[in-house]
Amino acid sequence: MVKSPATKDDAHALFHSLRSAYSATPTNLKIIDLYVVFAVSTALIQVVYMAIVGSFPFNSFLSGVLSCVGTAVLAVCLRIQVNKENKEFKDLPPERAFADFVLCNLVLHLVIMNFLG
Amino acid sequence: MKISPAEDSQAMARKVGIIAVLLAVASICEAVAIFHPISESHRSAALELFSPVAGSFSSLEEAYEALRTFEVLGIEKKPDVKDHTCNSVVDTLSLMSSNSRDLYHALRVNGLLKCEISNEALTGIVSRLKDAVKDATSLLDYYHSIGGLLLIKDQSSEVDVLLENADGTLRSIKALSQSDGRWRYSSSNPESSTRAAGLAFETISGVISLAASAIDETLIGTLKKDIMKLFDSIEKYDDGSYYFDDKHIDASGHQGPLSATSAVVRGLTAFASTSESLNIPEDKILGLARFFLGIGVPGNSKDLYYQIDTLSHLENNRVSVPLVLSLPATVLSLTSKDKLKVKVSTVLGSSAPPLSVKLMQVFSSGSKDASVLNKDLHFDPKEAIYSLDDLPEGVDIGEYVFAFEIVLSDPEYKRKFATGGRTKVPVHVTGVVKVDNAKAAVLEGDVVESEKKLDLPGKNDLALSANHLQKLRLSFMLTTPFGKPFKPHQALLKLRHETGVEHIFVVENSGRHFEITLDFLGLVEKFFYLSGQYNIDLTVGDAVMENSFLEPLGSVELDLPKAPEKATQPPPQAANPYLRYGPKAEIAHIFRAPEKRPPQEVSFAFLGLVLVPFLAFLVGLLRLGVNFKNFPTSAIPATFAILFHGGIAAVLILYVLFWLKLDLFTTLKTLGLIGIFLMFVGHRTLSHLASTSAKLKSA
Repeated sequence: MVKSPATKDDAHALFHSLRSAYSATPTNLKIIDLYVVFAVSTALIQVVYMAIVGSFPFNSFLSGVLSCVGTAVLAVCLRIQVNKENKEFKDLPPERAFADFVLCNLVLHLVIMNFLG
Repeated sequence: MKISPAEDSQAMARKVGIIAVLLAVASICEAVAIFHPISESHRSAALELFSPVAGSFSSLEEAYEALRTFEVLGIEKKPDVKDHTCNSVVDTLSLMSSNSRDLYHALRVNGLLKCEISNEALTGIVSRLKDAVKDATSLLDYYHSIGGLLLIKDQSSEVDVLLENADGTLRSIKALSQSDGRWRYSSSNPESSTRAAGLAFETISGVISLAASAIDETLIGTLKKDIMKLFDSIEKYDDGSYYFDDKHIDASGHQGPLSATSAVVRGLTAFASTSESLNIPEDKILGLARFFLGIGVPGNSKDLYYQIDTLSHLENNRVSVPLVLSLPATVLSLTSKDKLKVKVSTVLGSSAPPLSVKLMQVFSSGSKDASVLNKDLHFDPKEAIYSLDDLPEGVDIGEYVFAFEIVLSDPEYKRKFATGGRTKVPVHVTGVVKVDNAKAAVLEGDVVESEKKLDLPGKNDLALSANHLQKLRLSFMLTTPFGKPFKPHQALLKLRHETGVEHIFVVENSGRHFEITLDFLGLVEKFFYLSGQYNIDLTVGDAVMENSFLEPLGSVELDLPKAPEKATQPPPQAANPYLRYGPKAEIAHIFRAPEKRPPQEVSFAFLGLVLVPFLAFLVGLLRLGVNFKNFPTSAIPATFAILFHGGIAAVLILYVLFWLKLDLFTTLKTLGLIGIFLMFVGHRTLSHLASTSAKLKSA
């Protein structure tokens, strides 16, 4: 299907606006976003590996993937809590949110290491 | 067709006969058994069972049992056994701490061995036993102490053993009795037993013979009544033996009918020896003797002792002495013209008083009636055997019950000896059965196609052939030595195929004539449609047939039609019965095939790939411009910050160690410790950071 020039331009314009809006986000949030992307991509690579070689030590596969996904989820939670524009968590100091993030990650990874086998 | 009166009465007689048979089976079943008196096999069993360990017995009680059994059976004691046992006897008698039970057993053994015990020692023991009688509370106390005193009385005539208060002692023993004739062991124990009753009778007889003054006659009268009461609870077996059994298990001593009956017989004979008139019916005495003879040769020493000791008491007792009628051989052969021999003796095998034995009746198996023969048997004094020269008329081969009666020559003896009226003994009469007129034939329809004569019970070699439309007929006649028809237990024809499949048929008879016809048309399916050569075997056998045989007759070549599709297969023949239990085929364990692992290069490639996003993350961080500006610079917060990061790093290293080699428990323990540290440090650091950013905000 050939995109009509109008839609092509619209897509470009949309992309550009998103990009510029994104650059306005504070750095710490960008760091967290980068971390999430890192975690999810690691998970994807593991899934591709499993697709190729089969899921023989299934527990290892699950622990690997769930570690990545889990830490991504926790990072998203951190982002929500740290984001200044989020009115719900106005009174929560970001250090506290970070401490929760660290603690939850440690517990997650204990379980993951146990399940890794 | 009119039924003649003779046939009519025959039919009636047959009906009555059948009813009589049914009734007779029950009555013939009872009291038909054979009892043998004590013999050499008992002696050899005694020698085997009572062998002392290292020259001495384990206890005086066992020593007494062994010595008494040897004495009754007439076996010589070894001198070293006597020395050892005498030492033990003397020791027990001189020990002040021996109770009446030990003294009793020691005195018993002394009575048999006649060890050297001084009169002074005996006097001392008498006074101890008399004290024991005064202080006795339970039946066994009385039994042992009175028994001991009685033994001393027998062993030494110089020592004074008479009891002063015999009446009182009797009354206290009698207080333990119960209304059903049984006795209790002590007033505190409500359980009564027959064995206790036997011990009580023995003890009371002892008291009566030890009494210094005459006993109250009424007491003795009640005692006689107690004995008769006890005999009401006697039990009976079908073969005519009587015995006593204890319902409850005894706390002391041997349990079971042997010990209970033995105790009662001892008590009974002891009591009878002290007083004249004790009226026990003679069939019960004979029944008790039969009970002890009926156990044959016991397998353990205690049972053998009970048997021998009781029989010796029965051998010469003052109530009535049982006489045993036995047959050395219960199988008589007509061919070798065996004579019927009968032995009559006492239970221990000693000779009986002069008597004559009559053969009263001969019952053939299953019939109740038999004519009374009243034949006297001839006595051979050299062998002490009564024999009959010829068997009565009409005694053909078969199973019979011979009824004998013992008649004592001297009528005085009738009261003294128990003969038991009619004694029934099972006897087998065997002989040679004539097999005549044996022939095998192949029939086509009803017409005989080929016939061969057979020589039975000799060797035969038939070679017949038949197809499925024909029949095979085998016939023969059986006659007893007296010419009567005979139906054996087994008359079987067996056909065995080459493959091993066998078929067995019963040969029916009518009177003397035995015949079987195998109609192959109907048997085709039974034979599994297997054609080929079948070996023929004929079995004719019976317990009373001396020439029972199982002979191969030859073979028949059978031509059967082919098996249809749905025919049953012949059963598989066991290849070899030994193979069934031989080793089976070896099973090689197949281990689970290990999962296919990917080639190492692929795994390493992906390891690298997985690390790529991490590197990309680091690069991205740098591009974003991360800095450590917020890291606290002053000393203490800095330390805490470093410790915080260090703590996290420690936890992560712990996790790696956990994956590599640690177990969960150590990990959790260490994690707990690091966690507490981390909490503290983290709290300090983060609160410091929070306060700095708050200051910045407010400023």
